[in-house]
Amino acid sequence: MTSATVQPSLAPKASSDDIPWNPKVRQQRTVSDWITDIVIWVILALVVVAIIYPLWFVIIASVSNQGAVNQGRVTFWPVGFSLGGYEKVFSDGRIWTGYLNTIIYSVVGTALNMIVTIPVAFALSRREFKPRRVILFLFTFTMFFAGGLIPNYLLFKQLGLLDNWLVFILPTAVSVWNVIIARSFFETSIPEDLHDASQIDGLGYWGYFLRIVLPLSSAIIAVLALYYFVGHWNDFFTGLVYIRDSDKLPLQNVLRSILLANQTGMTGQSSGGMDLLQQREFANQIKYGVIIVSTLPLLVLYPFLQKYFNKGVMIGAVKG
Amino acid sequence: MSASRKTVATTAAAPSGDGAVVVDNIQLAKQAPLGVKIVRHFKRYGALWLMSLPAMCFIALFAYVPMYGLRLAFYNFNPREGLMGGTFAGFKYFNQFFKSGMFTNILGNTLRISLWTLVMGFICPIILALLINQIGSTKIKSFVQTVTYLPHFISTVVIVTMINIFLSPNTGLIGRLFPGKNLLADADLFTPLYWITEVWQHVGWNCIIYLAALSSVDLALYEAAKIDGAGRLQLIRYVDIPTILPTVGILLIMNMGNVLNVGFEKVFLMQNSMNLSASEVISTYTYRIGILGNQFSYATAIGLFNTLVNFFFLVLANIISKKASDTSIF
Repeated sequence: MTSATVQPSLAPKASSDDIPWNPKVRQQRTVSDWITDIVIWVILALVVVAIIYPLWFVIIASVSNQGAVNQGRVTFWPVGFSLGGYEKVFSDGRIWTGYLNTIIYSVVGTALNMIVTIPVAFALSRREFKPRRVILFLFTFTMFFAGGLIPNYLLFKQLGLLDNWLVFILPTAVSVWNVIIARSFFETSIPEDLHDASQIDGLGYWGYFLRIVLPLSSAIIAVLALYYFVGHWNDFFTGLVYIRDSDKLPLQNVLRSILLANQTGMTGQSSGGMDLLQQREFANQIKYGVIIVSTLPLLVLYPFLQKYFNKGVMIGAVKG
Repeated sequence: MSASRKTVATTAAAPSGDGAVVVDNIQLAKQAPLGVKIVRHFKRYGALWLMSLPAMCFIALFAYVPMYGLRLAFYNFNPREGLMGGTFAGFKYFNQFFKSGMFTNILGNTLRISLWTLVMGFICPIILALLINQIGSTKIKSFVQTVTYLPHFISTVVIVTMINIFLSPNTGLIGRLFPGKNLLADADLFTPLYWITEVWQHVGWNCIIYLAALSSVDLALYEAAKIDGAGRLQLIRYVDIPTILPTVGILLIMNMGNVLNVGFEKVFLMQNSMNLSASEVISTYTYRIGILGNQFSYATAIGLFNTLVNFFFLVLANIISKKASDTSIF
């Protein structure tokens, strides 16, 4: 259409299938293109539904009458509003201890992660710093070859980290993968001219790093903080293997023990005055509540951090 | 002067603007005695060393000391001497593992679960990225992306709980559709359950990297292809797929290094007494033998076997990829 106005001499027939860079002018679609389009849309719609529906179902089931949930009467909206599951979850003292522990481990852990990761990534991004090749190789090697469970366990034992809350913080203080991501960011996104200028102004590496590089790096700091924080928040393994004292267990391990306790209730050992059916309904409602309660903080943060996701993964993709 | 220029050209990957300064420094550094060279180096780069120091300490202590601790696989563990002591045992614990009745079963389970997850977890994000890339509207595109990322951040404990609730016989969302059957107790269903939920959780997140690669396609390529009469499918086949191939290569190598690394947490949490014949893998077995059973040397040997097999596959994939497409990670 635009070509017709710019070059009126051109035959109008030609304008229908050229200028593909103008999104308003579509190429003439063939039948097979239409079929392709429809197939793509149907598949994508199915994928979106398959991913979102289980999550939505947990939300509505957690506030529904459990009898209705078990009979399959809950499909799209809550049936018979009830907050019984949440009451049970919140009246359980272990949940609160676990929550508090997880918040402490995640916040302190992430802070240490950032303090350790960002400076080393900056140092390794300086091309004139020759030892960086060796250091980087020694770091990367640990991603593919590690001591494994038992040597770790025995080391932690000798260091007094067993049953010690520091086991959540210290061994995971630095993730090599995140160092590599941050290093790529510093190499590719901070213009080298800034370093030359800062040297002329008499700034050393510390001054350059703290006063010029860091203020320009909010995107990578946000992404790494998110990765580390989610890692700490979801960690189940550390609590399982290295912690015996139930007062130190983080949320995920508390969830697991609550869920297991309710599972054994399901297999028939009737306790109290409840009959089997009632007990099972009760157990399920606790499960739905527990899922929501433990996942909520991350889902609340999600929309705020979402804009950084693409950026973060793309930085990581620059150098595998 | 010319000789030192040559060294700069070969050692420095990208000679920067102050190349002349670098040359002079190298010249000076070459002439100075070793002690002076070291002092000069630390005077100049002391700050960078200081920045690297905390991370280097953590890596040394929590990665390299345990790596040294792998010697335990060849020694009889002595509780009083810990990681460093013990009497030499040779390959006793490896033989014990290879000859134990569990070996073929565990190795088979590990390979089956990890290969399914690897292949499906590798192909699905590529297909999804190609499909999402076909969406014209930016709003719909970002909506689809937001939705598909969501499960990535949910913890394994919660995911497994959801599996258990949904599949629970007679009452679960999915379990209800199969009356009289307990899907969770069926050992044959363990592997499909594992990889399907794994794909469900990570497909959106893992396709970001391909979408990033696809967004870099030069629009002129599409124009040229359209002028040549290419339809939608041909655009995908001849423009989109070649664009993401290098990314695919790198990720394939990275994944190959994890052939025997089935995520411990998820398998452990999904295990129950009924599906154990299909769900016991190397990492859960190591946990059972080592941490619960206190057979430290034996468990270390099993862990070392696992690491070595992974390392072998990583190196192999790297060599093949280097030969085939000049893409490699080292």
